[in-house]
Amino acid sequence: MNFHQVAGVLRGMSERLPGYKGLALKVLLDVGAEIGDLMRITKGSVVFEGILIPRSEYSDDRHIVIKNRSGYNVGIEITPETRVERIGAEMKPTFIPPPPPEQKPGLPRVTILSTGGTIASRVDYRTGAVRPVISASDLYSIVPELADIAVIDAEILFSVFSEDLTPKHWSAMAEAVARHIVGGAQGVVIAHGTDTMGYSAAALSFALQSLPVPVILVGAQKSEDRPSSDAAMNLIGAVLAASKAPFAEVAVAMHETPSDESVVLHRGTKVRKCHTSRRDAFKTINAKPLARVMNNEIIMLTDDYKPRNPERKITLKANFDERAALIKFYPGMNPKIIDWHVSEGYRGIVLEGTGLGHVRRECFPAIRRAIESGVIVGMTSQCIWGRVNMNVYSNGRDLLAMGVIPLGDMLAETALVKMMWCLAQSSDPEEVKRLLLTNVADEFSSRSVETIEAPKTIVSS
Amino acid sequence: MKVNYSEIGLKIGLECHQQLATREKLFCGCKPELFKGEPEILFLRRLRPTQSELGQIDPAAYFEFQKGVRILYEANSETSCLVEMDEEPPHELNREALDIALTIALMMNAKPVDEIYVMRKIVIDGSNTTGFQRTCVVAVNGSITVDGKEIPIQHISLEEDAARKMGEEGLVIRYRIDRLGIPLVEVTTGPVISTPEEAERVALAIGRILRATRRVKRGIGTIRQDLNISIKDGALIEIKGVQELELISKVVEYEVQRQLNLLKIRDELRRRGLREEELKEDFVDVTPVFKGTGCRILQRAINEGKPILAVRLPKFNGLLGFELIPGLRLGSEMSDRAKFWGRVGGILHTDELKSYGVSDGEIVELRRYIGASPEDAVVLVADRIENAIDALKAVIERAREALKGVPEETRAANPDGTTRYMRPRPGAARMYPETDIPPIKITGDYLERLRANLPEHPEEKVKRLIRNYGINEKLARQLIDSEYDELFETIVRETGVTSTVVAATLTETFKALKREGVNVDALSEEQITEVFRLIGLGKTSKEAIPEIVRWLVAHEGAKPEDAVRELGLTMIPEDELEPLIDGYLSRNRGLIAERGLGALGALMGMVMKDLRGRVNPEVVNRILRKKLAEIVKH
Repeated sequence: MNFHQVAGVLRGMSERLPGYKGLALKVLLDVGAEIGDLMRITKGSVVFEGILIPRSEYSDDRHIVIKNRSGYNVGIEITPETRVERIGAEMKPTFIPPPPPEQKPGLPRVTILSTGGTIASRVDYRTGAVRPVISASDLYSIVPELADIAVIDAEILFSVFSEDLTPKHWSAMAEAVARHIVGGAQGVVIAHGTDTMGYSAAALSFALQSLPVPVILVGAQKSEDRPSSDAAMNLIGAVLAASKAPFAEVAVAMHETPSDESVVLHRGTKVRKCHTSRRDAFKTINAKPLARVMNNEIIMLTDDYKPRNPERKITLKANFDERAALIKFYPGMNPKIIDWHVSEGYRGIVLEGTGLGHVRRECFPAIRRAIESGVIVGMTSQCIWGRVNMNVYSNGRDLLAMGVIPLGDMLAETALVKMMWCLAQSSDPEEVKRLLLTNVADEFSSRSVETIEAPKTIVSS
Repeated sequence: MKVNYSEIGLKIGLECHQQLATREKLFCGCKPELFKGEPEILFLRRLRPTQSELGQIDPAAYFEFQKGVRILYEANSETSCLVEMDEEPPHELNREALDIALTIALMMNAKPVDEIYVMRKIVIDGSNTTGFQRTCVVAVNGSITVDGKEIPIQHISLEEDAARKMGEEGLVIRYRIDRLGIPLVEVTTGPVISTPEEAERVALAIGRILRATRRVKRGIGTIRQDLNISIKDGALIEIKGVQELELISKVVEYEVQRQLNLLKIRDELRRRGLREEELKEDFVDVTPVFKGTGCRILQRAINEGKPILAVRLPKFNGLLGFELIPGLRLGSEMSDRAKFWGRVGGILHTDELKSYGVSDGEIVELRRYIGASPEDAVVLVADRIENAIDALKAVIERAREALKGVPEETRAANPDGTTRYMRPRPGAARMYPETDIPPIKITGDYLERLRANLPEHPEEKVKRLIRNYGINEKLARQLIDSEYDELFETIVRETGVTSTVVAATLTETFKALKREGVNVDALSEEQITEVFRLIGLGKTSKEAIPEIVRWLVAHEGAKPEDAVRELGLTMIPEDELEPLIDGYLSRNRGLIAERGLGALGALMGMVMKDLRGRVNPEVVNRILRKKLAEIVKH
């Protein structure tokens, strides 16, 4: 064993031969093989030659994976007649970013904060695993167009799949944004996993008050290492909005349609991921989107926005009380679910009721108990589109009478985030209720208007 | 041109791509079919070149991207879903397609891999919405025997077919994604084929095995051959998309000729003493030379306000017009490059300026203006300045390559067997794992099941058909190639018609009818069988087949019985036939008197001419012979 191999043993095998275990690991250790080595595996009359490739951690321990000369990976089962040889060390592939483009003077300063997710990651060609790599120079080299828009300052906040983010991460994001804005950033972009980007956008909308410049969350549905990725275009749109948009609000920048034509900016409190995989998964619900980025221009889609004003002083209210829950009602729901939350010390419950804002009568006693013990209960609708109105049916009127707070046309997810935020702003239930019903970040709209269609420009192109 | 192929070290490898006849596409549940007419869905994309696993970016791809090339995809909802639109991750690999691919692998004695990994092969010309083609090796190390020679099969892969290119308007390329995702099996031979004819025979043999599975698609475009061709001192050239088997040998011959002629040009340039440093990117605006020119191309460019840019190619005079293969000169290779890199319409050069209406005076002035000696060539491009510069840079690059010999490149086959420049050869490192699809284990049980149901190997079938049906080898092979071999066995078994008659009908007769333009393929197997059943029952004769088939093809859905009735091809019963023959005999007494028994042939001809298809010639012959003998005796 040479020094490196000893070091490998000390580090634990998984680092040297990731994914290999049991028989396969033993066979590879016996010949002193490492990932990337040139191997020859002989099985009867068949000879496989190629580079040793890591295995997925959930695979069995009987196969060895190699990449053959023409680039194909194949798995070979180890049987008594299989001979495994290490015949040399092959070039180890590494990610070599191309030289960053020349920085142009006189451009606005934009910060890109990276939190993880598809947009801030690329595939490791050897393992096929996705790993985060977003530094400012990575960004410039991968998306050189950014250098024409802004001077980028990049910071990796964390590298987390968006489903692993918690309200604590929202606070950390809000604090970082405020720090960069105070430090002179003329706009902030946050690279974020798409799954919970809507929640984070709402959280930042409440946490960052009287913003002087825009804060744009951006994600991607296809990772950046794929030629068809939406990451670059979304990122360009986001940086353009951060540096030039006339508004100073929190928004989400994503594809508007399946075409690489326009990026649309959704207001942070009104946006929801509505599709598992499409590029245009994000939709503005119950409102018009803020703006569209097309051909490097920002087109405002509403007159109703908070204008950019670099002189304005940001107010940071970054705390969230995690003792709030979002409970989706369903036919036959056991009322004990509500009781459990109360007994666990939850201070707020957002119900996602049916239709105009209803739950079954069986739940009424539990809801009454919750309210009587000081828990604030709000009502949203699982219809996604539309607003609750609890005066239309007697069930709704009864819930109102109990003290359930109707939350208008606020998205259920936004309502949960707002509940957490309100609970952290005050310990007085009356103040929390007042805040909950105050329009803080355009989470409520007073009118329900017809939503506008995405542009159909491809036909004429 | 007569070429000794072994002397020039010709090596050919084949890649046969065959669409499989599965119910669904390879990675989704869409119909594996093409659609006609207007698309229901349109979307526009850009493909951004990404770094390969070695950290490199394909220069050609990056160039296209920088030019702002966009791709307009066309789709309809029946043949495409979000998977082809790259809006949804791929579903699991189609197991039916895997069955077929492994069946083919086993028929070619290949060894299936133990675990299949789907890979992404980067292709960013727009033919794949993802920017890569999904492909996996299912088996390796096979071999087939062609005319006694063992041809190694390096690997058998299963992959998704690409989108169809529908057109190109400026910077927008149109692709239709109906074909994208249709399962393809790729069979790759070792580079051991040594003559053009052998390449064709190997392709034919591979095609026979593929079709023996009965689970591959038929018709134009469903099988495509790529050829890898190299000669000593030449280069490895990949030629894509040969759709017709008969074209393979021609493509090889032309490619060999092209490479040999490029080597001649190289030798000539060396003889003239050209050094690489002499080829400079010094581009001169020569628009003033052509004010008031009689050349319409240049005149139009000037009217449109486009400059005419020129570059001097030292010592190239006469070589740009040198024909490599019919219709292709070194000048056209430069023009292909200029079109690719500069998106210009083409180039003009001093070897051909006169045929475009440029006057001698203008040529002299051009040479003087740019400082070109009579030994030099001058290349012109009239286009927007950026495009013209890119085009001339590509011309200089190609000129440098001419000095070295044959540039490695990927070429596309034309319908006449010639080829055109397609793109530089992609690097080897453009594959990485498809992380959305887990590896697939190939178990021994599964392979045993496939082995137990392997179709009969075509070569074995030839032997069995000869042995069991007494037909000759030529007919047996024709039957297999016609794919009526199974139907043949059914017909012989069920109708009792002689096997040679059935075989000859299904091959030669049908082929002749097809040449006539009769769409024989429109007939169902039931219809064909029924025709033979009528013959077997004596209700019509084998001579009537062509007429019945023509009628059936023209009357969709009709029954062979209808054809026989409508055409009046019902057999004449023997008792009605005798008086008819008596009539011929009495009308030809003179002939019989003159030739005696020798009149039989002529009489037979007359009867058959009138009654073909309604009588059995053997019966006519018997009756005629008997009656003629009686007349002659008296």
